Amino acid sequence: MLGVGLGHYLAVSAILLVLGIFGIFLNRKNVIIILMSIELILLAVNLNLVAFSSYLGDMVGQVFTMFVLTVAAAEAAIGLAILVIYFRNRGSIEVEDVNLMKG
Amino acid sequence: MNWTVAIPEIALACLGMAILMFGVLSKARNTFHICSLMTVGALVLTAALVLSSNGGLGYNGLFLADSYAMFAKLLVLAAAVLGVIVSIDYNEHNDLRRFEFPVLMLYATVGMMIMVSASNLMSLYMGLELQSLSIYVLAAFARDDLRSSEAGLKYFVLGALASGLLLYGISLIYGFSGSMAFDQLALVLSDSSHASPGLIVGIVFVVAGLAFKISAVPFHMWTPDVYEGAPTPVTAFMATAPKVAAVALFVRVMISPFGHLLAQWQQLIVLIAMASMVLGAFAAIGQSNIKRLMAYSSIGHMGYILVGLAAGTQQGVRGVLIYLVTYVFTNAGMFACIIAMRRRGRAVERIADLGGLWRSDPGMAAALTIFLFSMAGLPPFSGFIGKYFVFGAAMQSGLVTLAVVGVLASAVSAYYYIRIIKVMYFDAPEPAFDVRPASLSIVAGAGALFTLIFFLFPAPVVAAAEAAAKGLFG
Repeated sequence: MLGVGLGHYLAVSAILLVLGIFGIFLNRKNVIIILMSIELILLAVNLNLVAFSSYLGDMVGQVFTMFVLTVAAAEAAIGLAILVIYFRNRGSIEVEDVNLMKG
Repeated sequence: MNWTVAIPEIALACLGMAILMFGVLSKARNTFHICSLMTVGALVLTAALVLSSNGGLGYNGLFLADSYAMFAKLLVLAAAVLGVIVSIDYNEHNDLRRFEFPVLMLYATVGMMIMVSASNLMSLYMGLELQSLSIYVLAAFARDDLRSSEAGLKYFVLGALASGLLLYGISLIYGFSGSMAFDQLALVLSDSSHASPGLIVGIVFVVAGLAFKISAVPFHMWTPDVYEGAPTPVTAFMATAPKVAAVALFVRVMISPFGHLLAQWQQLIVLIAMASMVLGAFAAIGQSNIKRLMAYSSIGHMGYILVGLAAGTQQGVRGVLIYLVTYVFTNAGMFACIIAMRRRGRAVERIADLGGLWRSDPGMAAALTIFLFSMAGLPPFSGFIGKYFVFGAAMQSGLVTLAVVGVLASAVSAYYYIRIIKVMYFDAPEPAFDVRPASLSIVAGAGALFTLIFFLFPAPVVAAAEAAAKGLFG
């Protein structure tokens, strides 16, 4: 029988994390995609926490997952709000246009 | 369950809700002004509660109020009070008189107080997010200004990425050690054979997330843009209170749960500190905007502060705390002067705008001179004393190279600080600035006075920092 163990969960979550990080840095098109990538990173973390929680037989990880979900919702709300005021001022949400100040 | 340990935080959060309700229901024309003053009152009241609280561990080990947390909380509250005071007049003039502004600062402060009291990775994250989410909104608060909304967007995206990395690190630490509580982690790691590679990777992720929050190299790229774009009082706030809280949190995380792994993380902190000091010294040289210059200056200061952490000893932590005290008061005063830079009702922020300030406004020129000398680390100003303690601790721990790099970087950074002084005293005079309000004069004057005479009375601060560092190691 093909068993799904902790290692498989960790691998999937690591892939999700890498996808999220690459989504932020490689995407030159749209800020919304960055917001989606951030959600992907947080989901990777949640998967990790739940897998570890079940493996260790300890509830703390699952409790923390609830907190992370709540914070992710608040973060998405604030992110979208900031994006809306940015769009109102700039008329575009292309990543390449976010360049008024050069570092 | 010992819930009384968090009374200052609970009181501040409830007062924040009360102020918010007042702001919504009030029909007065100057609601913003009243709410700001009420926020200052709430912060002062909370400081009194912190002083009178007796501390201890509460909430099933999630929350720890020790002498270290108390020291950091008082400093955070002082910085927040100064931040609210300098914002009042700026917001009145720039059409930002909305009562949510001081309330957001208040909730950011609640988050910072939870951060410095965290004794579990879970409360650490919740405090950090409360602080960060409030400040994302503050950075974008001038919602009709493109630069402010761009600053908010950049800060949000990179801040959320940093929180994600921090969380991923927390999940790995939890999985490979079986606990999130600091005391449990310290217990597990006291046998270094338990430090598995997965755990070390987790610690590296956590260090990366926290280094972002204190804007240390290589996670500093957001700082100049956000400092330049955000409304100046928000920049002043971001440069002081959250930095204190994030540094205090960083130090606690490295010393208390991961203290036994000093050999593993010391090299990492040394590298981050060196890179921050060097970048802070060189990148600021070509800047013409004073807010951008302050951003690079704060990156450099974070490098000096991390020198104390790299030492990993009680002396090092004491140095970090003393440095933070001098840093907060110098920076708050400096930003009060930057906010006072306004001509015919418009804020100006080029360094060239300070030309010949000595003739038109000798008081402000003198205050700025004191702040700049202090940041350059010249004796006898307070900045020198902070550097003396952190470099001393690094020497005692045998980090001679780090201390030498630090002294050299501070010599380089003196160039651009003193260039501003040269502009103020020797360049052709620019038109005079508008009359500044009393609130800015008070903050700048108090900061200048503290910076100037700290060397005469350092004993109370040094003793308090000593006790706080002892509490962390005890």
